[in-house]
Amino acid sequence: MDVLGTVRKWLDERIGLHGLVEFMEHKKVPQHRYSHWYFFGGMTLFLFGVQVLTGILLLLYYRPSPNEAYESVEYIMTQVRFGWLIRSIHSWSANLMILTASVHMFSVFFLKAYRKPRELTWLSGMLLLFLLLGFGFSGYLLPWNTLSFFATKVGTDIAGQVPVIGKWISVFLRGGEDVTGATLTRFFGFHVAVLPGIATALVALHVLLVQRFGMSVPPSVEAEWEARPSERREMRFFPNFLLRELMAWYVALAILGGLAAFKPWELGTKADAFASAPPGIRPEWYFMFMFQTLKMIPPKIWIFDGELLGVLGFNAAFVVWVLLPFFDRGPGGRAQRWVTGAGVFALGYVVVMTVYAYFAK
Amino acid sequence: MSEQSLNAPGQPKRRLFVEIFLGAGVAASLASFLYPVLRYIFPPETAEATSDTVLAGRVGDLKPNTGKIFRFGSRPALLILTPDGQYSAISAVCTHLNCTVQYRSDLRSVWCACHNGMYTPDGRNISGPPPRPLDKYDVFLKGEEIYVRRQGNA
Amino acid sequence: MVCRGAKNALIMVALSCCLFLLAAPGLPAQAKNSCINCHGLFDPPLGINAEEFAGSIHAQKGLLCTSCHGGDSSSDDMTQAMGKAAGFRGHIERAQIPALCGKCHSDAAYMRGFNPSVRTDQLSQYQTSVHGKMLAKGNSHVAVCIDCHTTHNIHPPNDPRSSVYPANVARTCARCHANAEYMKDYKIPTNQFALYSTSVHHEALAVRGDLSAPTCSTCHGSHGAAPPGVASVERVCSTCHVFQQQLFDSGPHKAAFGAMGFPGCITCHSNHAIQHPSDGSIGTGNTAFCVRCHVEGDAGYTAAAGMHAGLVKLDGEIQRSEEILKRAQVSGVEVGQTAMALTEAQDDLTKARVAIHSARPDAVDQNIQAGLKVTDKTWQAGLAAMKELKYRRQGLVASIVAIVLVLIALAFLIRKIEAPKPGETK
Repeated sequence: MDVLGTVRKWLDERIGLHGLVEFMEHKKVPQHRYSHWYFFGGMTLFLFGVQVLTGILLLLYYRPSPNEAYESVEYIMTQVRFGWLIRSIHSWSANLMILTASVHMFSVFFLKAYRKPRELTWLSGMLLLFLLLGFGFSGYLLPWNTLSFFATKVGTDIAGQVPVIGKWISVFLRGGEDVTGATLTRFFGFHVAVLPGIATALVALHVLLVQRFGMSVPPSVEAEWEARPSERREMRFFPNFLLRELMAWYVALAILGGLAAFKPWELGTKADAFASAPPGIRPEWYFMFMFQTLKMIPPKIWIFDGELLGVLGFNAAFVVWVLLPFFDRGPGGRAQRWVTGAGVFALGYVVVMTVYAYFAK
Repeated sequence: MSEQSLNAPGQPKRRLFVEIFLGAGVAASLASFLYPVLRYIFPPETAEATSDTVLAGRVGDLKPNTGKIFRFGSRPALLILTPDGQYSAISAVCTHLNCTVQYRSDLRSVWCACHNGMYTPDGRNISGPPPRPLDKYDVFLKGEEIYVRRQGNA
Repeated sequence: MVCRGAKNALIMVALSCCLFLLAAPGLPAQAKNSCINCHGLFDPPLGINAEEFAGSIHAQKGLLCTSCHGGDSSSDDMTQAMGKAAGFRGHIERAQIPALCGKCHSDAAYMRGFNPSVRTDQLSQYQTSVHGKMLAKGNSHVAVCIDCHTTHNIHPPNDPRSSVYPANVARTCARCHANAEYMKDYKIPTNQFALYSTSVHHEALAVRGDLSAPTCSTCHGSHGAAPPGVASVERVCSTCHVFQQQLFDSGPHKAAFGAMGFPGCITCHSNHAIQHPSDGSIGTGNTAFCVRCHVEGDAGYTAAAGMHAGLVKLDGEIQRSEEILKRAQVSGVEVGQTAMALTEAQDDLTKARVAIHSARPDAVDQNIQAGLKVTDKTWQAGLAAMKELKYRRQGLVASIVAIVLVLIALAFLIRKIEAPKPGETK
């Protein structure tokens, strides 16, 4: 009767499409009062896809050299039809993705989805989040405007504070002693080749692990279900969950389109390496809580350099954060209360500091 | 997530309606995503604006001992054909108060009408208030076309 | 004192022996300068900084101490080197200095050997200056050559180390003219340097490094230094500000200022503390120069108000266009061509600000109108760019409609597939 049916049959006979659909139909998603948090992972994945597509489109016109980078972005924004849209979506989607990834992380954390056997999923997810921050940091410089130029200067400076290897890190990132055209070339390489390669592999691993262990059910819900098995609810991954996820994606698309049309990502002024830093230099919002902390730390704490302590403190905090699942010794224990407390503190700290940074100026 | 539906499901008419509705929506939305992308892929008419190099004019546009203003980025620049047949390209933004300078055939100099500033055809300030020379650009010919390039970006 | 004298004498004897042996082979015979052997070691006033002198233009050109002080520097015998027979003059009285310098510097034939285009009129100019005239009357308190050029550390004026390098001139003059104690016998102010330091000319010279910007000597002359008379102020300023002078001459102020004895430009702009004029300098506000003479009701008052209004209007229009174009540009609408057109309006505004000097509203208005014509176009172009932005939003609306359509359909679909099938219990 229909062409679609024929095509489906043809494909089915060759690659076993039927098996895939069947597999997805058999995959179940637990259904409970926290289910909606499950969508943020898929949302992040979708935005990653948007980034890849718009990123490839931007590559058609972008030129990674200090003499041409700003001009080529300006060209994309003003001359290329719908260039403003593609670039704005790329920029907005990047920010939205960091946001959804963060929400995803905190929801996983508070719903205790990292418990055995899912520690590796948590680790791969954390690595992915750091990669996203790396994407953000390297991508910020690419338009080569004043704000991003100096933010990169400050950012790589901070990396240089790390004892012993700091100098090496800073030189490695900058491709020299200072932020120059060499830095731009490097960041471009990181942004479009190194990071996407690693990220794609990690995403595959992450999704595979999620698939391997299924969706985690929060302990509180699990306990209720244990008590009253009739309460247990599940939803088929396909089509029920996927259709809902699709709705979320469409909403994300609408938000992206709205942001691009009403608040197009600005171009700024071309970076001048020899100008003095303008006032109001700041990194992207997701670095703000660290930026603000480092700004507030007194220059000297006892005999130590304050900024250095701050940098070391954040490094230590990240290591602890990544390893937190391993401290969690199961429900009801003291260790678990500590871990949850740490999570509440971290979330509160990040939110308060970020908000404060924008109001404190 | 109430699954209690009062409507009796599975009516063929209604099912068709939802499917058409969905199909049309997906098609329309995909079209609205793809249209910009397709327009984007095909390069615009305006040649790429690497602001390093610009087409300033064609041979024959200028008679010896005249000059013409052309656009370099968003600022004016001046292309001069000197009496002895040499092309010279300089920024047309006076270094005094940013007025646009012009070539004066009678003075054989570049002149700013705002405060009587004077420059040589290659941009050196020779009299009046200008504190600095005008930026000088490289000129090169490609066939009949005269290109001007910012210096130091070979 | 006795002790130091004895020490100096000892050093002199010891060194003249040692240095004779050590230094003699290194020095070319004709350039031997034995004076330095001792005077290089003394404290002032008898001592000189040998290194400084060696770097000076005179030493560079092969002149020796003896060129000015007389004597015989080829001899190591003090009585012969500083003997009457060798024409030794020793200390030179201040009153004698101009003549002494003039001996070479006014000798065109001699100076040609060093620099064929160098001026040789300094002495005759000096004699016409206030400094020179007072010196001739026997007042040796006034500046002579060495007060500005230094004695032994003389460099040509294009050398940044020179006391008469453009950026250093004002400070050199201020050494005396800003010293109230030193100037107390003369009835002239001592605040010129302080005033000049606040001026736009000082800023151009010292801050922006424009060496052609005026310093004291640009208006007062250097060797012929004297205040320009009332009649010549305008001509002095117009060496640079040509248009302003031409326009001033063409307007009604020329005759009026002349009749009232006002000294041209500085009537409004002052002399040493010339500030950057603003659009508020004209008009009837409290920063306006005009209201110093014009009162409400007279023709000049009305004209000033009109010209001020014109400038403010055009300036406002330019800013309005700039703002909308900037907004369009950062949103990604191409406005480069329009932004360039807007520079024409800025030109017209600058020309109008020059035309003010004619004090003729019609001349100013001509530029203002030309500028307004441009800003009218750029404003329209800005509005068009904004419309382009709105057009994008319409595109968005179309896309949103499609998205909402899909969302509704999906909601229905989900409801449908999740509805309990007939006969199925929940």
